[in-house]
Amino acid sequence: MAKILLEHVTKRFGELIAVNDVTLEVHDGEFVALLGPSGCGKTTTLRLIAGLEVPNAGRIQIGEREVTHLPPRERDVAMVFQDYALYPHMTLLDNIGYPLKVRGVGRREMVGRVTEVAQKLQIGDLLQRRPAQVSGGQQQRASVARALVHQAQVFLFDEPLSNLDAKLRLEARAFLKHLQREVGVTAVYVTHDQAEAMALADRIVVMNYGKIMQIGDPLQVYSRPANTFVASFMGNPPMNLLPCRVDLAAGKIIFDDDYMLDIAAHRERWSAAISNGPQFTLGIRPEHISISPTQLPGTIPSQVYAVQPLGGEWLVVTQVGRELVSVRLFQDEAPPLAETVWLRFDLARTFLYGSDGELLQ
Amino acid sequence: MQFGPLYVSDTEGYDVEKRPGIFSGKIGVAFLAPALVFVAIFLILPFFWIFYLSFTNRTLTGITAAHPEFVGLANYERLFDTDRWMRLGEFGNALWITARFVLGSAILGQAVVGLTIAWFFYRRKGFLRELVFTTAVLAWIIPEVVVAFAWSAFLDVDRGTLNTILAALGLGKPDWLFDHPLLSIIIFNTWRGSAFSILLFSSALETIPPSYVETADVVGASGWRKFRDIFFPLMRGHILTDLILITLWTFNVFTPFLLTGGGPRFKTELVSIYTYRTAFKFFEFGKGSAIAVVMMLINLTLAMGYLIMLRRQKVAS
Amino acid sequence: MREYESHLSKAFIIVFSLVCVAFFSVPLLWLLTAPFTPKTTLAVEIPANPTLENFRRVFDNSFAIRALFRNNLIIAGGAMLMVSTVATLASYGLSRTRLPGKNTLVYVLMLFSSVVGGTAAMVPLFLLAHNLHLIDTHLGVILVLTGGLLPAAIFMMRDFVESIPRSYEEAAIVYGASPLRIFCDIAFPLIRPGVAVVAIWTFVNAWGAFLIPVVMLRNPKNMPASVALYSFYSEAGTPIHTLVAAYAFLYGIPVLVLYLLVNWRFGFRFFGGIKS
Ligand SMILES: Nc1ncnc2c1ncn2[C@@H]1O[C@H](COP(=O)(O)OP(=O)(O)O)[C@@H](O)[C@H]1O
Ligand SMILES: [Mg+2]
Repeated sequence: MAKILLEHVTKRFGELIAVNDVTLEVHDGEFVALLGPSGCGKTTTLRLIAGLEVPNAGRIQIGEREVTHLPPRERDVAMVFQDYALYPHMTLLDNIGYPLKVRGVGRREMVGRVTEVAQKLQIGDLLQRRPAQVSGGQQQRASVARALVHQAQVFLFDEPLSNLDAKLRLEARAFLKHLQREVGVTAVYVTHDQAEAMALADRIVVMNYGKIMQIGDPLQVYSRPANTFVASFMGNPPMNLLPCRVDLAAGKIIFDDDYMLDIAAHRERWSAAISNGPQFTLGIRPEHISISPTQLPGTIPSQVYAVQPLGGEWLVVTQVGRELVSVRLFQDEAPPLAETVWLRFDLARTFLYGSDGELLQ
Repeated sequence: MQFGPLYVSDTEGYDVEKRPGIFSGKIGVAFLAPALVFVAIFLILPFFWIFYLSFTNRTLTGITAAHPEFVGLANYERLFDTDRWMRLGEFGNALWITARFVLGSAILGQAVVGLTIAWFFYRRKGFLRELVFTTAVLAWIIPEVVVAFAWSAFLDVDRGTLNTILAALGLGKPDWLFDHPLLSIIIFNTWRGSAFSILLFSSALETIPPSYVETADVVGASGWRKFRDIFFPLMRGHILTDLILITLWTFNVFTPFLLTGGGPRFKTELVSIYTYRTAFKFFEFGKGSAIAVVMMLINLTLAMGYLIMLRRQKVAS
Repeated sequence: MREYESHLSKAFIIVFSLVCVAFFSVPLLWLLTAPFTPKTTLAVEIPANPTLENFRRVFDNSFAIRALFRNNLIIAGGAMLMVSTVATLASYGLSRTRLPGKNTLVYVLMLFSSVVGGTAAMVPLFLLAHNLHLIDTHLGVILVLTGGLLPAAIFMMRDFVESIPRSYEEAAIVYGASPLRIFCDIAFPLIRPGVAVVAIWTFVNAWGAFLIPVVMLRNPKNMPASVALYSFYSEAGTPIHTLVAAYAFLYGIPVLVLYLLVNWRFGFRFFGGIKS
């Protein structure tokens, strides 16, 4: 077990900056997820830690050792690849045992240790098969088993579940969570699936364009997105983000000129953060908006755009001026919706982001 | 080279070049070193050596073998001596024969036969296709002396298979190798080399998504229209690649010598045969090298021409 | 769309195919009948009394048999080992190191080899072999053949190598394997089909080689079958057709067998597909 430290790490591919000044500490025994859209530099960050890429700037430390320029084999890391990288010409036994073979462990001991790990991962019966003869989920376990056999200080996972279909993915997620509790290794886990990151990680690192957008524990990142990027990335459906103006004197948030929200009661909360600026973004999660068929004080009118049943809940998309606003209703029966409905925002749970996209409160 | 590679791709459209190496340069060089040595000694060195030799009077035996003299452009002057170079058995004659041979057997022969057969069997599987491809490939890969010998029997005036068939059809019995020697070796070389173009074009056709063709089928396009509007534009690159390679190979091919010996009366003396005769019958290495230099320059010019066309068509598409 | 084809076009397909088959096979038919015919003939005729007598007489010609079963095997086998080893290493090294312009380089080398490797370079190759004391040795022939075939072999092999996912080797690197170990444990087993194809392709090319051995070899005892075929000529310089045919038959059979082998194992095609 060891901690991982990245300090101002930058990696360029020609013109493109794949990892941009990333500073990150992964504590001993911690499970950290790197989360972000495709192409944001997650895999590159992982490969920098593994030593498969060398940074252009910055330093990397594993445990107490600086490893920035060490080759992978001297870093004592294990990696699970997105395509599993199981060798098609070897049995699962030889695949899982390959790290031991490379280290010169004798065949008998290798078989013993591989069998032990494989039993734990419930693929003990499949060791004589080739990768092509087992299912995707079993291949995934085999590649995890190979990493476990290696007994490294640090585990690196590159989207290990993305090649599984939806049902298997949920199973494998539970399995990984279970394994993590049992083994308790330091792990960095790359994924583009925010639900997966939330479910598995002790802390989430959200990345975009090679930069870290936010670091925090899953609930924190979900409930207090530090900027509009994280807000729009976390949650399904994501947070509603509405461009607006704030008139502090009148105690109003105004969007699309016609629609106003009375924030007089919450003036305290916001006045510290804002001056009377022109451009802000109001963020609110779909579950924090309620719908009323009639006009009530503090509601704003909207046109119903689409109603989607999600089983036990409903997603209602409405149109306010030029913006679409999603509303999530937890109920079994269909919402009785006319063309026009009135929305009530739970103002205590709204966020205001400045023109630079950063959270203001 | 007797027959070409089974695999051809174009130089571009590959992003693998941009992928990082997984080895350091030093280890890469270690893997490459044996090949580099071979290429340097057996390709690059001879290339420059030919240039050097072409300016000397080097021979196999005698004083000029051990101590060749520098003779400047004398070898070239003999090749291009305008009084005699177009005579039978001279360089100009050989070049002219080679030009017709390449045009006839590579471009009109192999490329057209290859395209026709590949197109005909596009998305047709089965026994007939296997049979056609197998016979074509065998014609291509059987040792050259064997096919040359079979062909000399095939073309025999009295009892040869070809004339037996022609006579049965009432078409007479021409003496192929004597009266139509160039036509004979053109047909021979078309027969010999078409497999390469058939295979290349078949593979190229397979890369065209079926949906393109199905779209055309749905709107009722005719076969010719489909070829002109869909296949030809998509295959232009492959056609050029094919033409580059078969032109170069045909230009250098030596096999017709085994069929005709360059005769009768030098009527099938290709440049390759002329080089061989000069260098290894008369052992005039200096002059033989001068011929080789001219030959290589023509080859490189042709290759450059095709490559430029290839590039231009890449840019256009 | 095939279902709608009328009988007419079906007939057309068959006729066209048969014309193609005839075009490619009829010139070779004589090779199939003449070896079994007692008397010398140039006509294709099914022998009334098929005989193996011609083969017996071929086997009496120890010079020709030595050429076929010893010299040819040495030359083709040697070139095969050489080319497949060197090309495998080179294509792997080429694919796994960063070298700008390497695709163009290989392509140009291949064009270059079809120019220089042809008749043009005979003189310097001869002199080179002369200076290295390789004239009249099989090694000389093997080396020269290898030099000429190598670029195309690398060209063919590259696609097999490129088709191995990088992650296979990266995983091995992370687990501490050395480059040589990665090559032996992982890369080589995966490109074995490519190695086989290139090896057979080289073998067949070298098996049929005529010009290079003729130029490089002196002693008749060293000559390969392509040259030894001419030992079945009478004193007057005319071929004894039945014997030549029988010998050519024996000489051609290995090529046929290897073709069938490749076709059966890998399907004879352009290996690796082609890109545009
Ligand atoms: N070897 C490379 N050469 C050039 N660009 C690369 C290379 N590897 C990754 N990139 C680029 O760097 C960016 C980040 O890639 P990556 O780390 O793989 O993203 P992610 O894993 O988040 O999808 C992408 O734009 C990708 O195209
Ligand atoms: Mg990735």
